[in-house]
Amino acid sequence: MVLQSFKNCLWLSCVLRTPKACFWSTAGGGLIIQSVSSDVYQNLAVEDWIHDHMDLEKQQILFLWRNSPAVVIGRHQNPWQECNLRLLRQKNIKLARRRSGGGTVYHDLGNINLTFFTTRKKYERMGNLKLIVKALKALRPQLDVHVTDRYDILLDRQYKISGTAAKLGRTSAYHHCTLLCNADKSVLSSVLKSPYKGLKSNATPSVPASVKNLFEEDASLTSEMLLDAIAKEYAVQHQIDHHITLINPADETLLPGITNKTKELQTWEWVYGKTPKFSVSTCFNMAYKDSVLHVKVNMDVKHGRIEVCNIDLPEQWLPPGLYSELVKGLTGSKFCPNETTALVTTLLRVYPQDDELHSRWSLLCENMIRLM
Amino acid sequence: VYIHRVRSCSSIRFIKSKYVCVFDKSALKFSHQQRLFRTSPVSCGQIVQFKLSDIGEGITEVTVKEWYIKEGDSVSQFDSICEVQSDKASVTITSRYDGIIRKLHYSIDDIAFVGKPLVDIEIDASKGVAPEEDVVETPPMSHEEHTHQEIKGHKTLATPAVRRLAMENNIKLSEIVGTGKDNRILKEDILNYLAKQTGAILPPSPKAEIVPPLRKTEAVPAAPKDKARRIPVPVSRPIAFSGKDKTEPVTGFQKAMVKTMSAALKIPHFGYSDEIDLTQLVQLREELKPLAELRGVKLSFMPFFIKAASLGLLQYPILNASLDENCQNVTYKASHNIGVAMDTEQGLIVPNVKNVQVCSVFDIAVELNRLQSLGSAGQLGTSDLTGGTFTLSNIGTIGGTYAKPVILPPEVAIGALGKIQVLPRFNGKGEVFKAQIMNVSWSADHRIIDGATMARFSNLWKSYLENPASMLLDLK
Repeated sequence: MVLQSFKNCLWLSCVLRTPKACFWSTAGGGLIIQSVSSDVYQNLAVEDWIHDHMDLEKQQILFLWRNSPAVVIGRHQNPWQECNLRLLRQKNIKLARRRSGGGTVYHDLGNINLTFFTTRKKYERMGNLKLIVKALKALRPQLDVHVTDRYDILLDRQYKISGTAAKLGRTSAYHHCTLLCNADKSVLSSVLKSPYKGLKSNATPSVPASVKNLFEEDASLTSEMLLDAIAKEYAVQHQIDHHITLINPADETLLPGITNKTKELQTWEWVYGKTPKFSVSTCFNMAYKDSVLHVKVNMDVKHGRIEVCNIDLPEQWLPPGLYSELVKGLTGSKFCPNETTALVTTLLRVYPQDDELHSRWSLLCENMIRLM
Repeated sequence: VYIHRVRSCSSIRFIKSKYVCVFDKSALKFSHQQRLFRTSPVSCGQIVQFKLSDIGEGITEVTVKEWYIKEGDSVSQFDSICEVQSDKASVTITSRYDGIIRKLHYSIDDIAFVGKPLVDIEIDASKGVAPEEDVVETPPMSHEEHTHQEIKGHKTLATPAVRRLAMENNIKLSEIVGTGKDNRILKEDILNYLAKQTGAILPPSPKAEIVPPLRKTEAVPAAPKDKARRIPVPVSRPIAFSGKDKTEPVTGFQKAMVKTMSAALKIPHFGYSDEIDLTQLVQLREELKPLAELRGVKLSFMPFFIKAASLGLLQYPILNASLDENCQNVTYKASHNIGVAMDTEQGLIVPNVKNVQVCSVFDIAVELNRLQSLGSAGQLGTSDLTGGTFTLSNIGTIGGTYAKPVILPPEVAIGALGKIQVLPRFNGKGEVFKAQIMNVSWSADHRIIDGATMARFSNLWKSYLENPASMLLDLK
């Protein structure tokens, strides 16, 4: 594989000096490319770019990529429902929303991603998954892997090692899937567990499954070996050279417009704002001095912003003016802990500065922020 | 007969009320025609039911997840209409026709059926209909610059007239400013562009978005021939700028800032500025930076500015006070919680370092590092952002020399620090030397703070920074 990469680099350096049209046109009906980046946004942007700009009539594409730790939710999912956002922020794990449907996955370098690009007419997921299974069996004949009718790949008939999602446009389509080689399962299970209660939404829910790494089955396997085996099988089936071309997702000359696509995938409006409308109906207890207050909260969130906000507090616990400022301030604001923290601390400035008020305000606001 | 009358008469409303109750069936047909007449300049289009096409893999039903258009919107062929989902596949449905959306057959989260109507589109009968099957031959990449423009993030095929003009004249659509809906490029836009290039005069185009078939198409091939004979005259119309105003509601943190700043401006501010020679401090920091790094801390100038301010506040505690709402009482705050203005994604946030009066310069540096990394990660807590008693704004890191900072209630003073510049100054011997100069601009609440107090505080602060060794004398 080292020699292969070296050959690729040489080939790539020649290619870079040629016009970009030459990069994309190869002999044969297929092209295998691999990303040099582990940034989830850059890699998703490459998928978008190929989907929007490439003519896949004459040539199908297989795109291989891996990401540093990230949680990727499906197009129509609710991140609050799907993962522990607090934990993600603490551990500095990125959150991305992809354009394809399906459920939530955890990516790290021990997980590989494969995207099969075809024309809309040639879109066919089963074939792609069977290709992967064939490649795995060629590499390790004793592996018990098979494709289910839910488009998952199972190991030993029980553990999910691959999940699938797809995107169809007017003339082109892509099917991408993951393959668990050596991912951190403990991080995976902790980040994919949502602590948020009382959420009601029509967002696509994920179906939890027991997972296992291929590495656990056979410790001699590495991500590189798997990528190579799959590329080889793809090459055979498409009658092309077993040749992986490296691609840099930051190359604006090769992929004009890619920088904008990458930026868009990182905006709050895309990642959180595209969440289908949902409501939060929950309560919390606040221990204040000698009493415990039971507070009920109801919020409707649309486009990631609080449309309606109701906080059921004992009357006069906060000065009425301040209470209504809080509700008014939250309405229309992002359902986001950072935004809310900035909002509530700024609101406090114009109120009389007594410690009692401060501590009540902080207590209530901190509980509200925990809901986000 | 009645229909003809409607078209020729200007006051439609009058006619409608007059006829609707008298005639039943014909009146209904009447009002239907009226509706068409009012909403589109083109006379009656044909309503076509756009059916949900085959998704593949034998799928018969999908869930509608998002609409990109609403009833009344006009669409062009290949525009995105909606997003549907089926079994982990997200599908973008695009329009087969140019026209106006008249009816959406489903709401969000409804199940839609393949082969059943998805939307009703009113098409211009004269334009014709695109073929049933999806267009298989995509225009090869090299021509896309003449045929496609990006609208709302989707690469969209331009209208046939626009494509032809662009190809014939070798124009890249990305270079044209579109004046149609969502910046769509209309034929007029290409003609205007051409006119600017050749200096030819073009006949004025109609303002309507839906363009009836123009006789004027013939004018374009004539232009090159005319050019030879005509002296180019600048186009008399102003340059079409299609940028649209964008109105957004003020929400969240911004809304709170509106309140705070409105309250702040009720405070009578007075300003006081001065110039500080930081030459000695710059050198001191250079010496101390590696020591701090060994302890894992980045040392900037701010810890020194903050500590010096706290030492000054010990002498002039009124600057660390708060005036109550009715201006009846002044509260002298015991803690020096010095706020540091920070530029984050949200805007200008002011976390504060607590109890600077009992912190060393190093302690302050550690705390600043913590606040800065939380600030850039968007994870500052409520306690970090409340309780401030005095603020320093280091706007100089972005630029500027003098400023007029606004006091942040409930505080009574604020200082804005300009950038450090190397400037020529005279020393005691009358010689010119290179000095590291920074300007400071203070604002204070004139109701309880007078100019003399501010000046003396500033002088003390300045003396600590110009001669850092003097800080040692007063450190607690």
